Amino acid sequence: MMSLRRLLAVFRKEVWQLKRDRLTIAMIFGIPIIQILLFGYAINTDIRAIPTVVLNQSHSQLSRDLLSDLQASQVIKLKGNVHHVEEIETLLRQGKISIGIVIPPDFERRLQDSSRAAAQLLVDGSDPIILGAAKQLTAMPFHLNSQSVPPQNRLFEVRHFYNPEKRSAMNTIPGLIGVILTMTMVIFTAISLVRERERGNLELLINTPITSNELMLGKMLPYIAIGFFQVTLIMLLGLVIFDVPVRGQLVDVYIAALVFIAANLTLGLLFSTLAKSQLQALQMTIFIMLPSILLSGFMFPFDGMPEAAQWIAEILPLTHFERLIRGIILRGADLSELWPELLALIAFASVTMLLALKRFRKRLD
Amino acid sequence: MNSTAAIKCHGLTRRFGDLVAVDHLDLTVPKQSIYGFLGPNGSGKSTTMRMLCGLLLPSAGEIEVLGLKLPEASEALKQRIGYMTQKFSLYDDLTVQENLRFMAQAYALPTNTQKSRIAETLAAYQLDELRHQLAGTLSGGQKQRLALAAATLHQPQLLFLDEPTSGVDPQSRRDLWEALFNLVDDGVTVLLSTHYMDEAERCHQLAILDHGRKAAEGVPAEMIANLDAWVVKIDNGSIPALKQHLAQAKEVISLSQMGGQLRLLVKKNIADPVTYVQQQLAGLSEIEIAQHAISLTEPTLEDVFVVATQKPRKMDAPK
Repeated sequence: MMSLRRLLAVFRKEVWQLKRDRLTIAMIFGIPIIQILLFGYAINTDIRAIPTVVLNQSHSQLSRDLLSDLQASQVIKLKGNVHHVEEIETLLRQGKISIGIVIPPDFERRLQDSSRAAAQLLVDGSDPIILGAAKQLTAMPFHLNSQSVPPQNRLFEVRHFYNPEKRSAMNTIPGLIGVILTMTMVIFTAISLVRERERGNLELLINTPITSNELMLGKMLPYIAIGFFQVTLIMLLGLVIFDVPVRGQLVDVYIAALVFIAANLTLGLLFSTLAKSQLQALQMTIFIMLPSILLSGFMFPFDGMPEAAQWIAEILPLTHFERLIRGIILRGADLSELWPELLALIAFASVTMLLALKRFRKRLD
Repeated sequence: MNSTAAIKCHGLTRRFGDLVAVDHLDLTVPKQSIYGFLGPNGSGKSTTMRMLCGLLLPSAGEIEVLGLKLPEASEALKQRIGYMTQKFSLYDDLTVQENLRFMAQAYALPTNTQKSRIAETLAAYQLDELRHQLAGTLSGGQKQRLALAAATLHQPQLLFLDEPTSGVDPQSRRDLWEALFNLVDDGVTVLLSTHYMDEAERCHQLAILDHGRKAAEGVPAEMIANLDAWVVKIDNGSIPALKQHLAQAKEVISLSQMGGQLRLLVKKNIADPVTYVQQQLAGLSEIEIAQHAISLTEPTLEDVFVVATQKPRKMDAPK
């Protein structure tokens, strides 16, 4: 027999406990708000403002008209002019631009020639969304002031780099390294200190001569090894199953991974000093995991997001790691070309570690 | 600094918000002895002990432990003290031996002596056969032995034990006390807290804590001998009316029932307590008490505790 009174007793007890659980209440409100804002506003698959440079060898009025039309479309954002094709390739590899526009010296003549495209788009093809946007540009109507253009003329020829077969796995697999590390690493350390507290081990631990530094570092070390193992596993699976090669230096991959793993572990440690229970620590990691996956550029191109979202994304370690790992694995970039991202991760790890150490006291008060 | 004192503190105070957990406590714990804190829950035993370990900051007062000023030197102190927490705080998911190895390394015992020291400790606390068992699966008494083994592994000069025997069977308690006396023979000072009277009596010196204050201090036997009250027992004292009536008597400090016997603490200023009690009962027509049923008896530490804390504990829950 079900008793309404007993049912109510359980119900009321749950409400009482819930009222005192601020983080759960924050989740009740926070998750929908974050999700709605991220998906509805920040994430925009109508991509805009793709960073672009121009190599204009034509210097004609028509070429300037073409560039102003391209900018008017808002799909690209001109970052400047270059003088050699090699510069475009370098900038693409460094991840500073996604599109390079080459307007040849005989641009005006080519416009009249139906057998050849008038200009070239050099595109970072590793991201299918960027590639798709570039394709759309080729269908852009070009309003020539007074001259007539044969309708069959192709305005652009697209040359995509890094992913000739246009496989999305090329982009996803390296990106997944960062996502998987974020999902596992933060949790490992986030629960580690708070678990000691919950199980009553902390009082013993802080009464030993083990220092805060030794404790924190000692808790991180095993997970760095585990992180390396995960990185290796994902790269192997990517290579064997999806044929995703590592174009850059393997040692660069591991250096980038080391710094990124450290950043996640220190963030976890900071959570662990803030949380009162393991559940709270887990809730905190969810708050960092959601925006990381959505804003880092893993799922949607970074350049398509509004500025506010980009600022938030710049704080997240995953954003910087995605740039690093895609640069190294897909575009064969060298760490020396990507050092600002590495520096950002080192700064993040240092700040969170210092905060965690500041929060953690070998005391019970 | 008195070189024979392991712990000295003066005016030690700790507040938690409005609550004063420890209130101007002065203590001197002599070296190579067992010093006990006796007090009910919430009397400030654990808080005091944690401040003396350097785990809690005092709100006021001075502490000197093994010649080190606290809280400034609390890190330097850690290597020289052992601390057994009230709740079992070793790792449930590590084996006995793993726990001890962890502690040996935490205290940076020299690698060449670590193994022998652990083996020695395993033997001393009868943990040899349990070495590969997970700590979480040990019985209460075994856990207590492991906790003491872990706290003494690095051979501390001073040992803090916070209610070491709560929830442990009598045989294990006896074994623990034997181990403690052995440690004292080796030069160790022990500070322990308890709420068991029989255990408190075993200490070399005792402080009775009450609401964060020291209510009494001394050698247990002397404290009992110098009890500032008479202990009167009444056989056949189970009648509720009798208890109720005596509880009203002005000179009765407390009374408690032990089976069919009623035990009264009567103020020392009464010259003849037996007659006093008889007089108190004279007016009661419905109760008949034989003359010889009322007599003086030997005081116990519990009587000392009751007088010291002066609590209106007129009726104790039966033990």
